[in-house]
Amino acid sequence: MRATPTAPREPLHVAGELLDNRRIGAHHHLTVVAPGIPERFRPGSFVAVSTDPQLLAPRAYWIHRLKTSGGYGATLELVVEPRGAGSSWLAAQPAGTRLAVSGPLGRPFALPTEPVDCLLVGEGYAAAPLFPLAERLRERGCPVSLVVAARDEAHLLSALEARRSARAVTVVTADGSVGRRGTVADVVEDALQRSGAAVVYATGALPTLHAVAAAAEHAGAWSQVALEQPVACGTGLCQGCAVPVVGEGGHTRQVRACHDGPVFRGDRVAWADLGVPG
Amino acid sequence: MTLELRNPVMVASGCGGTGRELAAFADLAVLGGFVTRSISVGARPGGPQPRVLETPSGLVHAVGLQNPGLDQFLALELPWLAQQRVAVFVSVVGRSLGEYAELARRIGLAPGVAGIEVNLSPPDVAGDGVFDVREPFHAASVVAAVRRELPRGLPVLAKLRTDLLRVAESARSVLEAGADAVVVGNALPAAMPDGRPAGLSGLAIRPLALRCVAEVLAADPAAPVIACGGIADTADARAALDLGAVGVQVGAALFRDPTTAARLAAALAHDPAPIEEETR
Ligand SMILES: Cc1cc2nc3c(=O)[nH]c(=O)nc-3n(C[C@H](O)[C@H](O)[C@H](O)COP(=O)(O)OP(=O)(O)OC[C@H]3O[C@@H](n4cnc5c(N)ncnc54)[C@H](O)[C@@H]3O)c2cc1C
Ligand code: FES
Repeated sequence: MRATPTAPREPLHVAGELLDNRRIGAHHHLTVVAPGIPERFRPGSFVAVSTDPQLLAPRAYWIHRLKTSGGYGATLELVVEPRGAGSSWLAAQPAGTRLAVSGPLGRPFALPTEPVDCLLVGEGYAAAPLFPLAERLRERGCPVSLVVAARDEAHLLSALEARRSARAVTVVTADGSVGRRGTVADVVEDALQRSGAAVVYATGALPTLHAVAAAAEHAGAWSQVALEQPVACGTGLCQGCAVPVVGEGGHTRQVRACHDGPVFRGDRVAWADLGVPG
Repeated sequence: MTLELRNPVMVASGCGGTGRELAAFADLAVLGGFVTRSISVGARPGGPQPRVLETPSGLVHAVGLQNPGLDQFLALELPWLAQQRVAVFVSVVGRSLGEYAELARRIGLAPGVAGIEVNLSPPDVAGDGVFDVREPFHAASVVAAVRRELPRGLPVLAKLRTDLLRVAESARSVLEAGADAVVVGNALPAAMPDGRPAGLSGLAIRPLALRCVAEVLAADPAAPVIACGGIADTADARAALDLGAVGVQVGAALFRDPTTAARLAAALAHDPAPIEEETR
């Protein structure tokens, strides 16, 4: 049988519209109308957004949360940190801009079947998918602790909101402008111990994810890490986003970050082959 | 044998994943054909990162023909594709004439295959376990080896490189060797920033690909040509068909919009070209 394009789990490619673009700290919070995509969203999935027509590769963004915007039904909120050509273009667009959006893409976070303690670790804009994840976990009776990290206060995502969605929150910034001074690697073991977490979810840069995966393994916890490999399609077509993973048999094979991930078990990622030291 | 396409729009090799990823966005059955990524006898793990980078109006890519190998492909991927009511063309790449013969023999026996596309132009794997087909004579030997092993009813497409100086000669050689159509052409040979061999695809290569199509048709107006390279919208497809191509393949445009091929197929179906002469 053919896969029906309307099956609720299948992604869509739609003509969307930028409804609102607000600057908060170093980030832009974009509200995007993308019919059909919010209904299919699960925490950890992402969208691929076409940017400047001169740039062929779409850019990937985590879905931060769903909003209800009068007249439009459910819309997506994305958090964009302007850096290179694509993100700077997107962050500069005014409300009303038409945007081609594919999503939701990728394999989202796996949720525990039992109400176990969970630790969520997020760095910079990449903490975005952790907030809807915290909500889902709490619905399942899982107590949630949170570590939010960034290089400085401006790059910290929603510390206030974090306090509402978790029972314990650790804030850490590299320059010490808010919370503790340091990095995720400095605080994760302590956070694991204090939360008694059986599952750790992490988003952020590769070295951060590696540190979390290693700490989890040490503490005997499961880890789920959300990898950001550059995407040329985001939909699984081009094989551009290879990630080496260790399979059941112990041998390493290349899978697609966008389609087989972006969320992987931390103990399955072949970190050394990814070029992460340690 | 003549190549009959239900619709002139096909998905180019290496740009449609295993088919399942694309089927989430568009019904494959509306297409003229789906070409698989290139399949080799043994599995190929693919090259190191980075594999795909953006470049002005294009993408450079060095995926290294990653594929699960013939056995896995026949067992896990082909059966699903064969059920999609789309003409499935299996792209093949080999290390030797013997491997090409084996690929053709086994794929020719598999149910649900509409034909084979011989990848005679991988741009990113020079010298890396792939039979060297830069000479038209070698390309013709590969096509002959495949043709010999394939049941008569199954067409062979020969995918040529967009080498302006030799594309017409290559087309003649492979058509004489038994190809039913030529695909003109593949990604241009390029390099990653670190010098690794790579391919260049996307809008950047469109004018050169079109010139190569024109050269082949100028040398042989009856040559069955499928145009490939930089096709992203109806005007691109129309330009190639107006030159005399019998079909077009859509590649990198699918990375930006996975519905591109299906939309082009629908647009061309609703906007048929004025028929001036009997179709080939
Ligand atoms: C699953 C996923 C989710 C993401 N979510 C967000 C998000 O919520 N918010 C956000 O601001 N960004 C997010 N990103 C990163 C985003 O996709 C862009 O990569 C980033 O914004 C930089 O792109 P640019 O066009 O601004 O920079 P450019 O400099 O123009 O980016 C293109 C260049 O950077 C490289 N590149 C692109 N993406 C990455 C990457 N992720 N890591 C390393 N190198 C890269 C490319 O190879 C290319 O050379 C996500 C990425 C992924 C894969
Ligand atoms: S980015 Fe194309 S397959 Fe992942």
